[in-house]
Amino acid sequence: MRKTTRKLALLGLTTAIALVFAYVEALIPPIFSAVPGIKLGLPNIVIIFVLYKMGVFEAAAVSLVRMLVVSLLFGSPTMFFYSLAGATLSLIAMAILKKINVFSIIGVSVVGGVLHNVGQILLAMVVLGTAALGYYLILLAIAGTAAGVFIGLCGGFAVERIRIDRPGGGK
Amino acid sequence: MDQTSKPEKQTIKRKLRNDIILIAALIALVVLVGFLVRLFRGAGDTVVVEVDGKVYGTYDLNVDRTVEIRTGEGGEELNLLVIEGGKARVETATCPDGICAAHRPISHQGESIVCLPHKVVITVKLAGDGDDPDIVS
Repeated sequence: MRKTTRKLALLGLTTAIALVFAYVEALIPPIFSAVPGIKLGLPNIVIIFVLYKMGVFEAAAVSLVRMLVVSLLFGSPTMFFYSLAGATLSLIAMAILKKINVFSIIGVSVVGGVLHNVGQILLAMVVLGTAALGYYLILLAIAGTAAGVFIGLCGGFAVERIRIDRPGGGK
Repeated sequence: MDQTSKPEKQTIKRKLRNDIILIAALIALVVLVGFLVRLFRGAGDTVVVEVDGKVYGTYDLNVDRTVEIRTGEGGEELNLLVIEGGKARVETATCPDGICAAHRPISHQGESIVCLPHKVVITVKLAGDGDDPDIVS
């Protein structure tokens, strides 16, 4: 019972942090305005943190709630579905990579970052019915790799330093 | 203590090495795909000429012809567009730099020749892809 409450509170907290990150990121002007979609993906620090600290389902829950709220507050329903496609693909891949335990959190994050973009582009290709977006994918894959390294580093620090297992932080 | 931390350190090192391999492989893959996409870019079938952002004319890439692109106030500026054997090139031009005339022939979708002094943009497109071209022939 107490464990469930703790977990619920933690999930609420992490979701709130993810939302704040999404808001902060919305304030940063885009680096290449010519190519929309290139961004750091700060909320993914939280997602990867939850993935490492709690589990896949918890990460999925935080991710889903975050996307719902963000698209309600700042975006559109269309944006939600694009995010969903990217996040689903990304999270599944990250969970698998974490499980096989060959790469560190940075590698996991890079794959997640790239696949997030890939998922969105794939959906856009299906929706728009054009393969012309393939070029776009190349750019976004490079951007996703760079963002993934950054997010992986940040997430790694967070995972290393923040303890959620015991109250008071004792191990 | 040391005996438990040493293999742990090695694991972290190994994982970081794997990360670097992963990232390098990803970048290599992307570059390779980008290269292949360029290499096997679909051939276009129409040539769209735009002057100062407005469509000047649209021509079939598979029909050999020569087009005089006249620009400037009295039409005194000329780019001579030659479509020959499924490729388009600028044969001669009166522009000062002549970059457009030096450009290699274009035939692939999305390739273009630009003449900045005359504000002429010649692009190869695939009919039915994007905005429908109004055929002028």
